[in-house]
Amino acid sequence: MSPMDSPLAACLALLAGWAMIGAAGLLRPSSVALVGRLLFPLGALTGVALAFVAAWQFDSPAERMQLMLGLPDLPMHVRLDPLSRVFLILLGSCSAGVSLFAAGYFRKGEGTAPGLMGLQYHLFLASMGFVLLADDAYAFMVAWETMALASYFLVTAQHGIPEIRSAGFLYLLMAHVGAIAILLSFGILQGGTWQFTFDAMRAAELSPAWASAAFLLALFGFGAKAGIVPLHVWLPEAHPAAPSPVSALMSGVMLKTAIYGVLRVTFDLLGNPQWWWGLVPLALGLATALFGVVFAAVQTDMKRLLAYSSVENIGVLFTGVGLAIVFHGVGMHVLSALALVAVLYHSLNHAFMKSLLFLGTGAVLHATGERNLGRLGGLIHRMPWAGWLTLVGVLAIAGLPPLNGFVSEWLLLQALLFSHEVPRPFVNMLLPLGTAIIALAAALAAYVMVKFFGIVFLGQPREATLSRAHDVDGLEKAGLVWLAVGCVALGLLPNHVIGALGHATVQLVGAAPDTANHPWWLLAPLPGRAASYSPTILLAVIVGVVTATFLVVRAVYRRPVRRAPPWDCGFARLDPRMQDTAEGFGQPIRHIFGGFFAMERELPSPLDAAPRYRVIVGDRIWRALYLPLGGMVQRAADALAWMQQGRISAYLTYSFITLVVLLAVML
Amino acid sequence: MSATAWLTQFLEVLAALALAPLFLGWVNACRAWLQNRRAPSLLLPYHGIRKLFHKDAVIATNASPLFRLAPYVVFGAMVAAAAVIPSMGTGLPFRTAADAIALVGMLAIARVFMSLAAMDIGTAFGSLGARREMMVGFLAEPALLMVIFVASLISATTALPLISERLAAQALVLYPSLAFTAVAFTMVLLAENARLPVDNPATHLELTMIHEAMLLEYSARHLALMEWAAALKLFNYACIGFALFVPWGVSIGDTAVSALALSIPALALKLAVAGVWLAAIETVSAKLRVFRAPEFMATAFMFAVLGLLVHLLLGA
Repeated sequence: MSPMDSPLAACLALLAGWAMIGAAGLLRPSSVALVGRLLFPLGALTGVALAFVAAWQFDSPAERMQLMLGLPDLPMHVRLDPLSRVFLILLGSCSAGVSLFAAGYFRKGEGTAPGLMGLQYHLFLASMGFVLLADDAYAFMVAWETMALASYFLVTAQHGIPEIRSAGFLYLLMAHVGAIAILLSFGILQGGTWQFTFDAMRAAELSPAWASAAFLLALFGFGAKAGIVPLHVWLPEAHPAAPSPVSALMSGVMLKTAIYGVLRVTFDLLGNPQWWWGLVPLALGLATALFGVVFAAVQTDMKRLLAYSSVENIGVLFTGVGLAIVFHGVGMHVLSALALVAVLYHSLNHAFMKSLLFLGTGAVLHATGERNLGRLGGLIHRMPWAGWLTLVGVLAIAGLPPLNGFVSEWLLLQALLFSHEVPRPFVNMLLPLGTAIIALAAALAAYVMVKFFGIVFLGQPREATLSRAHDVDGLEKAGLVWLAVGCVALGLLPNHVIGALGHATVQLVGAAPDTANHPWWLLAPLPGRAASYSPTILLAVIVGVVTATFLVVRAVYRRPVRRAPPWDCGFARLDPRMQDTAEGFGQPIRHIFGGFFAMERELPSPLDAAPRYRVIVGDRIWRALYLPLGGMVQRAADALAWMQQGRISAYLTYSFITLVVLLAVML
Repeated sequence: MSATAWLTQFLEVLAALALAPLFLGWVNACRAWLQNRRAPSLLLPYHGIRKLFHKDAVIATNASPLFRLAPYVVFGAMVAAAAVIPSMGTGLPFRTAADAIALVGMLAIARVFMSLAAMDIGTAFGSLGARREMMVGFLAEPALLMVIFVASLISATTALPLISERLAAQALVLYPSLAFTAVAFTMVLLAENARLPVDNPATHLELTMIHEAMLLEYSARHLALMEWAAALKLFNYACIGFALFVPWGVSIGDTAVSALALSIPALALKLAVAGVWLAAIETVSAKLRVFRAPEFMATAFMFAVLGLLVHLLLGA
């Protein structure tokens, strides 16, 4: 039997391959040569193979298998269907770029030994793959928790630093709060059959109230993983703490497993979502998108900035999910498919763009040792490869045509524009207003990205040490190029991508956008509606005009270009300190969206001998929600402290009593 | 696609390239007359661009290739944008490739590249201008999108030439929603083209300027392209306005060349009126402090959103 006869078996074999590559690192844990030059590139190859296997014969029916793994009488079920294929392609293709970069990135003396790092990294990849394949609640939760733990250890790679330990703890805490909600949701979904396979859940009949409860629990649980407001607090802490390839994987791929989870539970396991469910993720998504991008604009740490930008993109994704549920609930299946395609497409896009940007920051971090935007600048001269490739990601995530970020934004805006046709009073008037928030968030994203790129790569170096920055080396370069090419390809070939994604939407909502009735270069997803876009022609026209202008200007006006010191309105003593800082660039946003922030400001008076200006921008949600909650937990723990005797016999007694009580309840 | 369609497409881009500096000169002349000054020649912008093309280019020592690339990209994006705006005819072959959302995207390309180029040299003015340009832009862009969306909800399409065609085909009715968005659009036009009350095109006083601050380090052919692109941007915005609010007088679809010939004087008339109107607004308004500009833009955005709400409530 060739592996192509059973793509599911091939996928499982590749996931096992990842685990073995990770384990091989333990042979010589401190050897950078083995781990970096051999194992990580092998992991990248495995990723490419996984994406290829998952893309092979996309439209073949779902394939199932029982694994001889797990507890007695509780075997693990796995299943490969179009929805899991989409996310497996995302995982494989995006992680290939990240692994290539990581091959050149990890070195000795930075926290965890390279071999151990490789093990955690590849286990993380394999567990994400297993999440996507799992077909019962038990296998899903095991994979989900493995994913959380592996990424926790990766985040805390430099565990010598107290801030990193506490960031890791916050991440672990949020991951587990979310996991409990998911577990409870599965508990409802089995519907009294006590069968925890997904097939049993699909068959279970739930009352509307229970189904709603299951949906809301799943939304909370997966939302905590994805980082929707107000559960986003771990993202801006964990991402700066983690090594850059890990941030790239977490932001690019892991957040998407949460989107996968929401789609799986809502459209597949529950099967028949009620239309009003969609309003919850829609409202949360819009709030998250605006909140994330506004906070991204005022950050001074480049990885925190990108983390908040991920929060924004998760908001955009949840908006699309909500819209798809509303459309599906009222029986508008083609539009529901359009919204879902926007979600899946944006998941893929964000995986590539955000991984590219995080790896770009990784390159800067390695070259300069600085994460603070205020100490960078002018790096495009010293690091042309990293700079120009990051520019691709910046333009893509800013939503500029003809790159990929624009396509999914376009699809989502189209879907939102049709939401006034939803046959529900009031709702049909409020939904189109979502276009205003999505458009505002997209425009602000451009602001954020101009700030990010302009301050890090353009201008004058703000520190003398930056002149020693070195560009990325071979493997790192290959990883960046892979992701940048992905961004361009996803932008230029929307019909091919949507054609593939259509199989997943057929599975979920029974319809797909129209891609067959048009030439390959024209995207017109809704038959009979005049809305079309062609990135290839757009690119050709812009490139054509630019080239023609360049050639004409060159041919007619061939005066030489002279280099001179900057003019700066005749001011002669230009200094790097006179450029806008990250704080300065964020100042208009602080001014306009003042209500979003909890700001502490220390303003100098004109009479001060040594004037000091200080501003700290805090998160209101952290102070209003998490600090009181933490205090309550602390007080409850204090009240129960008498139970903590520190003697094993006492704890065994507790376990015994718990078991007896549970047995009494069950009987 | 017929030969007429391609002819329309070609003529439109050519007209945009050729007439944009003249329109700018016309607005400036009208402003001068209204302010009781002697007007400069209508052809002054052409002279300026020609003069700049003939000069030696001087570039800062620490400029990156991005700085030299940006004028071409900004210019290219503006020309490409001109190709989807139905200023003379709606049967444009390019209209299936780029709808109104893509049009806004092309304007965003120009804005982002101009801002990045302004930050490239690392002068105080450059980054200040870039920051302010993006500040105006992040409110103006969604406002423009909302303006277009109201029209596209009325006409059930997002392709600008089709919107224009369908609006023109209807009897002369006053849409309340379009009235709201017309106000919003005017405000966006003023802000995005660095006109009063947001920016003053006549000033070089550093602390009040946005657009000029970003161009300070450019010279010769690069500056000429930037200036030309700015003129094109004003022209494009005016033509977007015509397409949405006065869609009459353009040749519809694949009609004969005679209809196209008629659309040329119609466009000239609209531009002449628009120039007077713009100059009148600029004459009666004072420059806002830079931090009142977001309020101005937020008002525009709110007007556009209100227009959408009015459309959804009244269905008109």
